[in-house]
Amino acid sequence: MSGIPHDHYEPKTGIEKWLHTRLPIVGLVYDTLMLPTPKNLNWMWIWGIVLAFTLVLQIATGIVLVMHYTPHVDLAFASVEHIMRDVNGGHMIRYFHANGASLFFVAVYLHMFRGLYYGSYKAPREVTWIIGMLMYLMMMGTAFMGYVLPWGQMSFHGTAVITGLFGAIPFIGESIQTWLLGASAVGQPALNRFFSLHYLLPFVLLGLTIVHVWAFHTTGNNNPTGVEVRRTSKEDAAKDTLPFWPYFVIKDLFALAVVLAVFMAIVGFMPNYLGHPDNYVPANPLATPSHIVPEWYFLPFYAILRAFTADVWIVQLVNFVSFGIIDAKFFGVLAMFGAIAVMALAPWLDTSSVRSGRYRPMFKWWFALLAFDFMVLMWVGAMPTDGIYPYISLIAATYWFGYFLVLLPLLGVIEKPLPQPATIEDDFNAHYAPKAEADASAKSAE
Amino acid sequence: MSHADDHQGTRRDFIYYATAGAGVVATGAAVWPLVNQMNPSADVLALASIRVDISAIAPGTQLTVLWQGKPVFIRSRTEEEIAAARAVDVSELPDQGAENENLLGEADASDENRALSEDGTWLVQMGICTHLGCVPLGEAGEFGGWFCPCHGSHYDTAGRIRKGPAPRNLLVPVASFVDETTIQLG
Repeated sequence: MSGIPHDHYEPKTGIEKWLHTRLPIVGLVYDTLMLPTPKNLNWMWIWGIVLAFTLVLQIATGIVLVMHYTPHVDLAFASVEHIMRDVNGGHMIRYFHANGASLFFVAVYLHMFRGLYYGSYKAPREVTWIIGMLMYLMMMGTAFMGYVLPWGQMSFHGTAVITGLFGAIPFIGESIQTWLLGASAVGQPALNRFFSLHYLLPFVLLGLTIVHVWAFHTTGNNNPTGVEVRRTSKEDAAKDTLPFWPYFVIKDLFALAVVLAVFMAIVGFMPNYLGHPDNYVPANPLATPSHIVPEWYFLPFYAILRAFTADVWIVQLVNFVSFGIIDAKFFGVLAMFGAIAVMALAPWLDTSSVRSGRYRPMFKWWFALLAFDFMVLMWVGAMPTDGIYPYISLIAATYWFGYFLVLLPLLGVIEKPLPQPATIEDDFNAHYAPKAEADASAKSAE
Repeated sequence: MSHADDHQGTRRDFIYYATAGAGVVATGAAVWPLVNQMNPSADVLALASIRVDISAIAPGTQLTVLWQGKPVFIRSRTEEEIAAARAVDVSELPDQGAENENLLGEADASDENRALSEDGTWLVQMGICTHLGCVPLGEAGEFGGWFCPCHGSHYDTAGRIRKGPAPRNLLVPVASFVDETTIQLG
């Protein structure tokens, strides 16, 4: 295996040797925990642990909620109210689960933008990045189907809109939509199958998490300098790294405690702040809520979906070139999925040989603008579709595509990167070591 | 030596391909029922037609009924609404097709081709925005017809799309008068 050289597990006692020759599971856990990790990782490298914790939180609370929930159009809403009012501690468990989805997406967006800034997606970590994007898609699917289960107004009409996206596909769209819903409209078949899949997908996510970790354990972690750990010898590698246990485990757990303090405050004091009051109205197929918006974590891509209306020249051009097959509606759907696709293609769109944004003077500013752009899209996605908002969403959506399709390829060519440290050790020493080392040697001399 | 270089083809090659072929067919045969079970079941398909009593619908009001899980708007239009709908030049419409399942062939989106009754009083259409399937609000929007709150599509008093992201006019379903006060859907 091509990992960073380090000491592997050696069975010492008789029983360890006995087990190791039959099933090397202790060695697997040991090598995973003792993985050499770049010692200069900053606080943006904590979101992976937060995500792993949140997945376990969601699975644990979810399994418990299923014990009290009924996936039937006439009973689902009432069973959720039963959880809220009658089940012992049920309201707390449900609030953990509902807000856990938000925690999940806060962490995943920070995790992704961390990767985008420090070039974690670049060779040799493309596979880690692609698996991560698959997990992100799966998370969105799971979150969407979970939101349908309470069978409130937003659940019902959100389902109509999201499955309508598939209906926009030319020629076969309508039959795909009918197939997804199991009927010509949202109803019992849709609720039942979404419940089934909402239970299944988190376990698929769990499996993909293992593959994701496996991939970056093979390549080694990226780090804020983007400089690789030296693999010339075990000693060189040891100068650049520290074992994951106990150094990073303790650091990550501290960060998790801080994040959870904020999370608990939201769950405890404002559990409905991120939700929509309309979803406390039972689903009514005859009336759509007057202002239908998805949950906050879907808003950036929802804004892109709405940005490309029939009066935009590129939509008209594509419509003309495709002989009317790609109309404004389908164009919007393509743009929304395309916005995620271009992100997945970042490893091949970025031409710069420098990994970390820290040493890329021009990239830095365009990246900051991308992060701002993401926030703008999130804000405008919740706004109505009249007045100035369509123009804002169009500009913001254009920048999103421009960043990935034009700026990333171009910057690698025109930008003059700053000098990078030769090793991770140099970078680390520039911040901490010499003084600490001097103090330590002074102390030992006393 | 790879088998691809062997133009003769051996007995073993044949068995490889036959096994792989049988495997693909068997997998497909096993997967198809798992895919097909998600299509509408027999009881869902069975709710094909209903009859609606329209005697209580006063001019200028609308009855919304659920048919096959979807809302259907049955509106008794006022003289002004009919006049407004008939004054529109069809060539100015974004969707110039009637979108009426009762008409065979291609019909234009004139008000006469959309209304159920010849005098234009009765307009029956699916209450589903052709954009992404929300239920439009009645007597709203810039054209006095329907307005979809989800993404801002405006429909006129004949249910034709006039402004916004929706690509088509509200669909007119198969419908007919059973007698003076009863409409059959489907």
